[in-house]
Amino acid sequence: MIEVSLTGVTGGFTLEAAFSIPAQGVTAVWGPSGSGKTTLLRAIAGLTRFNGRVMVDGAIWQDGAQFVPVHQRRVGYVFQEPSLLSHLSVQGNLDYARYRSGASVDFDRIVAQTGIEDLLGRGVAKLSGGERQRVAMARTLLSAPQLLLMDEPLSSLDAEAKAGLVPVIAAIGKTVPVLYVSHDAFEIERLADRVLRLSKGRLIDVPELDFAAEVEGLSEAELKALARAALKAGIRV
Amino acid sequence: MTGLGDTIVVTINLAAVTTVCLVVLATPLAWWLSRGSGLVRDMVTAVVALPVVLPPTVLGFYLLVAMGPNSPLMAVLQPFGIRTLNFSFAGLVIGSILYSLPFAVQPIRNAFEAIGARPFEVAATLRAAPWDAFWSVALPQARKGFLTAALLVFAHTVGEFGVVLMIGGAIPGKTEVVSIRIFQLVEQLNFAGAHLLAGGLMVFAFAVLLALLVIERRIGRAARD
Repeated sequence: MIEVSLTGVTGGFTLEAAFSIPAQGVTAVWGPSGSGKTTLLRAIAGLTRFNGRVMVDGAIWQDGAQFVPVHQRRVGYVFQEPSLLSHLSVQGNLDYARYRSGASVDFDRIVAQTGIEDLLGRGVAKLSGGERQRVAMARTLLSAPQLLLMDEPLSSLDAEAKAGLVPVIAAIGKTVPVLYVSHDAFEIERLADRVLRLSKGRLIDVPELDFAAEVEGLSEAELKALARAALKAGIRV
Repeated sequence: MTGLGDTIVVTINLAAVTTVCLVVLATPLAWWLSRGSGLVRDMVTAVVALPVVLPPTVLGFYLLVAMGPNSPLMAVLQPFGIRTLNFSFAGLVIGSILYSLPFAVQPIRNAFEAIGARPFEVAATLRAAPWDAFWSVALPQARKGFLTAALLVFAHTVGEFGVVLMIGGAIPGKTEVVSIRIFQLVEQLNFAGAHLLAGGLMVFAFAVLLALLVIERRIGRAARD
C-alpha cells in the first residue's frame, strides 16, 4: 500500500491531500495547471517539506516523528523536462543511478525496456527530447525505486515521441507502482489504472466528480476519454 | 644580471603555491556563498571583494603589522619558534592568498550558482547523499569556474607588486619577484633589462588570457556534444 497524508502551504494555496492506493499499477494525478500536482509529487519525494505522513510498502518516509531525506527514500522521479546530468554521457547517467541503488538491477532488461540500446555511447546534449526522457526513465528504474513519480513526462514532447513513450510507461507500470501527473485526458485513459483528482490543492473524491462542471474547456473527445478512464477504474461519474 | 633565475623561480613558486592553496580554500567559501542569501553572506562577499578596490599598500600595511613580531597573531606562533612571517616566503603566500581571494571565489561561486537546484534534486532522487552530490555533481559541473579561478589567480599573483613589496622586502632569491625586479631595474636606469622582463610578462599575461578563452570554449563545446 501507498499511504499519503500531507498538508502544507505553498505559493498561493494550501495542499491538503490524503489517499491510500495499492502499490501497483499506474495511478494518475489529474487536475488543471496550478492545482498542486507537481507540489504533491515533490512533497511525496521529500523535495519539498510538508507535514504529514508518507508510507510506501510498509517503509515510513515521513511521519510526525521523522523525515527521511530524499536520498534515503527509495523513490524514483521523472521530471517534466528531462533532467539528465549534463557532465555525464548516457552511460554515465545510467551508471550514476545503478551504482547508488543498493539493489541488484537488470541493466540490460531496463535498457531494452526503454529502447535506449543505441544511445548508450552518446553525449546527452545531442539527444532528442524523447530520447532524453527515455534515458531519464531508464536511469530512474536503475535506482530500483519502490515508487516511481512522473511529473508530466510527455508534456514537452512532440506527438510522435509521445506515442512511442506511452507503451514504455504502461510497461513500467506493470513492474513498479507509478504516480503519474498529467492534465492530458488521453494519456490518462491509456495509462491509468486509477485516477486521483486534484483541485486547488485538494483531492476530490472521484465519485463526486461532476465532469460537465469540473472540466470546462475540455473537448468532447477528451471528456469521453476521461469518462472511459473512470469507467475502467470502476468509478461512477 | 645576477639572480634573475632565482627571481623567476620565486615568482613561479609563489604563484603556483598560492593557486593551489586558494582553490582549496575558496571552494568551501564559494559553495557556502552560492547556497543562500542574507546579510551575513553579503558581508562576507564584500570582505572577499575588498582586495579588488583597496590599494595593495593598504592590505600590505595591515599584513605587515599582523605578521610582525609584536602582533597577537604571531604570539600564537612564537612557541613554535616563529617570530615573524614578514620577509619570508610563507608570508608572501599568505599575502598573495588574501590579495587574490576574490579572483578565486567569484568564478567558482558563479559556476556553482549556474548549476541551479535541479541537478541536485536529480542526484538526491538517485540516492546521492549531499556530500556525494557535491563531489559527483557540483565539482564536475563547475569545472569551468575552477579553471578560470586557477588561471586568474596564477596570473594575478605573478602580476602583484604592492603587497609583495610591503611584506616581502624584495630579498633576492627569497622574496624578490619579477615585478619588483622590473621596478629596481628602472631605478638603476637599466632599460634593456626592464624591457626584457616587462615584455616577458606581457607575453605571459596574453598567453594566459588566450588559454582561458580557448579552454572555456572547448569545455563549452564538449558539454554540447
